[in-house]
Amino acid sequence: MKQILTYIILPCLLLTACRTDIPVTPAQEEQHGEKQLTSITGFYLLNEGNMGSNKSTLDYYDYPTATYRRNIYGETNPNVPKELGDVGNDLQIYGGRMYAVINGSNKIEVLDARSCKRIGQVDIPNCRYIRFRDNYAYVTSYAGPVQINPDYEQIGYVARFDTATLQIDAQCLVGFQPDELAIVGNRIYVANSGGYRVPNYENTLSVIDLASFTELKRIPVAVNLHRVRADRHNQLWVSSRGNYYDIPSRLYCISTQSETVIDSVDAAVSNIDIVGDSLYLCATEWSYLQMQDSVTYGIVDVVSHKLVTTNFITDGTEQSIKKPYGLKVNPVTREIYVTDAKNYVNPGTVYCFSPEGVQLWSARTGDLPAHIAFLGK
Amino acid sequence: MVLCWLSTLSAWADPVLDSIARQFELDEVTVSARRREEPVIPVQKLEGARLEGLSTQSVADAVRYFSGVQIKDYGGVGGLKTVDVRSMGTNHLGVFYDGIEIGNAQNGTVDLGKFSMDNIEQIALYNGQKSEIFQPAKDFGSAGTLYIKTRRPKFSADKRFNLSVTLKGGTFGLINPSVLYEQKITDNIHFSANAEFTHAHGRYHFRYRKVLADGSTAWDTTAVRLNGDVRACRAEAGFFGYLPEGKWHVKGYCYDSEKGIPGAIVNNVWKNSQRQWDRNAFVQGNFTKRITKGFDVQANAKYSNDWMRYLNPDTTLMYIDNSFTQQEVYLSLASRLAIVGPKGFVWHNSLNWDISLSADWQWNYLQGNLADFVFPERNTVLAALATQLDWTYIKAQASVLGTFVFDKLHRPTLTMPVANKQDPQFTPAVFLTAHPYIKDLYIRTFYKRIFRMPTFNDLYYTDVGNIDLKPEYTTQYDLGAEYTKSWQQGFLRTVDLKVDGYFNQVKNKIVAIPKGNGQYRWQMMNLGYVEILGCDVNGSITIDLTHDVLLSFAAAYTYQRAKDLSEPGEITYGGQIAYIPRHSGSATANLLWRGLSVNYAFIYVGERYHNSANIPENYERPWYTHDMSISYELPLGSRVEAISPRLYFALEINNMLNQQYEVILNYPMPGINGRGIIRLTI
Repeated sequence: MKQILTYIILPCLLLTACRTDIPVTPAQEEQHGEKQLTSITGFYLLNEGNMGSNKSTLDYYDYPTATYRRNIYGETNPNVPKELGDVGNDLQIYGGRMYAVINGSNKIEVLDARSCKRIGQVDIPNCRYIRFRDNYAYVTSYAGPVQINPDYEQIGYVARFDTATLQIDAQCLVGFQPDELAIVGNRIYVANSGGYRVPNYENTLSVIDLASFTELKRIPVAVNLHRVRADRHNQLWVSSRGNYYDIPSRLYCISTQSETVIDSVDAAVSNIDIVGDSLYLCATEWSYLQMQDSVTYGIVDVVSHKLVTTNFITDGTEQSIKKPYGLKVNPVTREIYVTDAKNYVNPGTVYCFSPEGVQLWSARTGDLPAHIAFLGK
Repeated sequence: MVLCWLSTLSAWADPVLDSIARQFELDEVTVSARRREEPVIPVQKLEGARLEGLSTQSVADAVRYFSGVQIKDYGGVGGLKTVDVRSMGTNHLGVFYDGIEIGNAQNGTVDLGKFSMDNIEQIALYNGQKSEIFQPAKDFGSAGTLYIKTRRPKFSADKRFNLSVTLKGGTFGLINPSVLYEQKITDNIHFSANAEFTHAHGRYHFRYRKVLADGSTAWDTTAVRLNGDVRACRAEAGFFGYLPEGKWHVKGYCYDSEKGIPGAIVNNVWKNSQRQWDRNAFVQGNFTKRITKGFDVQANAKYSNDWMRYLNPDTTLMYIDNSFTQQEVYLSLASRLAIVGPKGFVWHNSLNWDISLSADWQWNYLQGNLADFVFPERNTVLAALATQLDWTYIKAQASVLGTFVFDKLHRPTLTMPVANKQDPQFTPAVFLTAHPYIKDLYIRTFYKRIFRMPTFNDLYYTDVGNIDLKPEYTTQYDLGAEYTKSWQQGFLRTVDLKVDGYFNQVKNKIVAIPKGNGQYRWQMMNLGYVEILGCDVNGSITIDLTHDVLLSFAAAYTYQRAKDLSEPGEITYGGQIAYIPRHSGSATANLLWRGLSVNYAFIYVGERYHNSANIPENYERPWYTHDMSISYELPLGSRVEAISPRLYFALEINNMLNQQYEVILNYPMPGINGRGIIRLTI
């Protein structure tokens, strides 16, 4: 009996004794690229993390030291239970603060833009994208008002909150499942997707009056709208995801004066970024013939409405990008950043290209790298 | 071996069990008409006193004690529990309930958490296939096979009926009454009925904690797991018949449940509201008979109807209310011809040579209320040819299975169904056991190549499915040895040691890859390739301490190196696949003294990663639980023999050290929990 105790039960108890605590995941630092001194000191990259994994993380690239720091949120805010959250969907910097829209955690995480220290959070269920004007932030949400109604349809809304108090003070109902929004003049333009209503997608852009915060009208564009960005010529560039079957993804141009579609560009769109008169886009479209994505890295001239190139990567390195997902262009240096989401569950990669389209460096990111925000001086 | 030592053990401990065991053995003898002591194929079994001593609510809890097995457990009484054998994936395990496979044409996995241990007599896990060539073609069709055997009626002496009433209750608000009735209609026809009700609120505390570099607490939070409630009813009834040189049984099964899906715990979300309803019903039967000397046949048949509804009532998310109905018809005919042997056409005293041929037909149909659903229908024809050779020093089995699959899609928008024929598949298996000059030592090896068909979801699920998918193949190579010995008296009663080393390949692994520009849109593809190098070790020992005290120990250890070789150049290349620990194991101890049984069980799962990228962010800590149980069987009335009424009490404490752990990322498991059982048997 004594032997049994010595050889079987004791080792089991010992095993129990040495179970270690889990430390807050430390950030990892790597050197990438050349040191740079411009008015932009760095950029944050928000990794979405696959749904349910609670693995949304923040990375930071610092230009003056050319260092890439991966997973900085936990280290900077070690006392936040369950860290940043589940599925980061948008990242913006405004007035010295950074706002991370965490869709699966139903919140906007508000951080100090320079230190990345947490300031607070705004709870908005199923929040999608955020934009700002003066003292307010405007957030689109898929979540309908809570109602007990068997025929209830989940209409989306734009929530407005005060950036000083972080209190929501108004909501404005729009179409079904609104995605991006753009604020131009005294109007908010909201891209309605209707993504939960397959195959009856939405096909309009909601126009909201900023002062009264009420929906004025809808502009018909195309099915399943996603992105909406303003250029400096009073134009909105709106992307349609298509219906994934017979209607392909496409880019539309809307005049903010006439509030009508004035042109469209025959290009599929996953992500866009406008710098100066160049609209950078990347697109992955599934081809049932080849059973794989066909990828475009294009630039559209927002003045001529012409697709200038269908591959802004000029050194052939796009072959190594499995799933282009995030796209952002440094407004000062015009360096292009493309993120590779791979299979959505493995760690991704961020690639930096020169304005000429030559790959300068790449770094491993968190899972599903997607949203980049530049930090100015 | 296991059966053997258990019967010695029980012969001594409990005359009832002994008579059961003896009758069971008799039963096997009538059926197979042959002594098959050592299986050609490695088997792990749990039954009798040892099975009862383990604190197990569902079949999944019991399977944890086998080596080479990993359970994916999402936690709680109603939580999903699936089994992965030797890292080949949950879809490669065939689960058989009383001899006939439980199908799931929709997604290929069987939730073992749904199968209660209430009336289970034996659980056996075979790597490769069952050590038997006289079986339906389907039994040759999986990379690993789990047999769940429910209790067959047994009547001691002059008894005409058995009745037992059980009440289980415990933490998580568990209330679990059940009743079993067995009737001897005639000497050769027995009836059995069993019903069970389970209710639990499923709430439990869980705790997450992280520390700073200096060891001080960074954050520490405790919450209650919500929406884990379950309500389930199960009823089974069957007739069991015995014929001269044959037997038959027919049984019906129904299961009805409603449960909450507790979901992942993520930042700012501590409660989910998704729900699931299941209604499963089947009727199945088996008929086995020796037709003439050296020629046996068996027939099996089954009809099943499974309904499932999934509801997401949370209007802040996408509202989903989907329901699916699956139907299956299964018919099988198997035959065996003894060519050479004591009972064969050609008489030989020490040499046996058998051949078997079996053919199965299966029909599956899936209906659903999903948009654009294609209503898939599948006809599968399976044919197996197998042979077995027994000679004094060598036993060998070889089989080849042919699989022919024809799918038809009934898209509501089309007038004619669309056909989708899969390529015919022929897959071999070879098993060899040598019994060299060292007595009680067996050396064995096997090779098996098998595949799993893409499921209806893989092929046809709206938007995700890929109609061009090929089957996912596994190839297994195994080399092992077993030493087993038992003694009728003395200190040491039984010793058993099994060691198996194996190498598996999973080719054309079906994985989901993202497609197009939509969010979370996926496509199923045959892209994965995994290589698994592993080692399973099992040992058990029974010691007679005299004064009616019998002590037994069993332990299992598994080493697995499962390499993801799908994408060369990626960070995942060569990484250990998700949730497979390199080291895992279990240990159990059982002490028997007359009607008293004390059990201890330990389970260890080593460090893992939740992704093939084996980086610190994906690291999962080891976890281990200690469980204890104590039970006592009290004979009532004056008669000491087996037929007297008995009262059985048991008390179980699981996860005694209240370890906070997760098997799956963001699915916290319960801490310390307990259960009490009281059973009256008449």
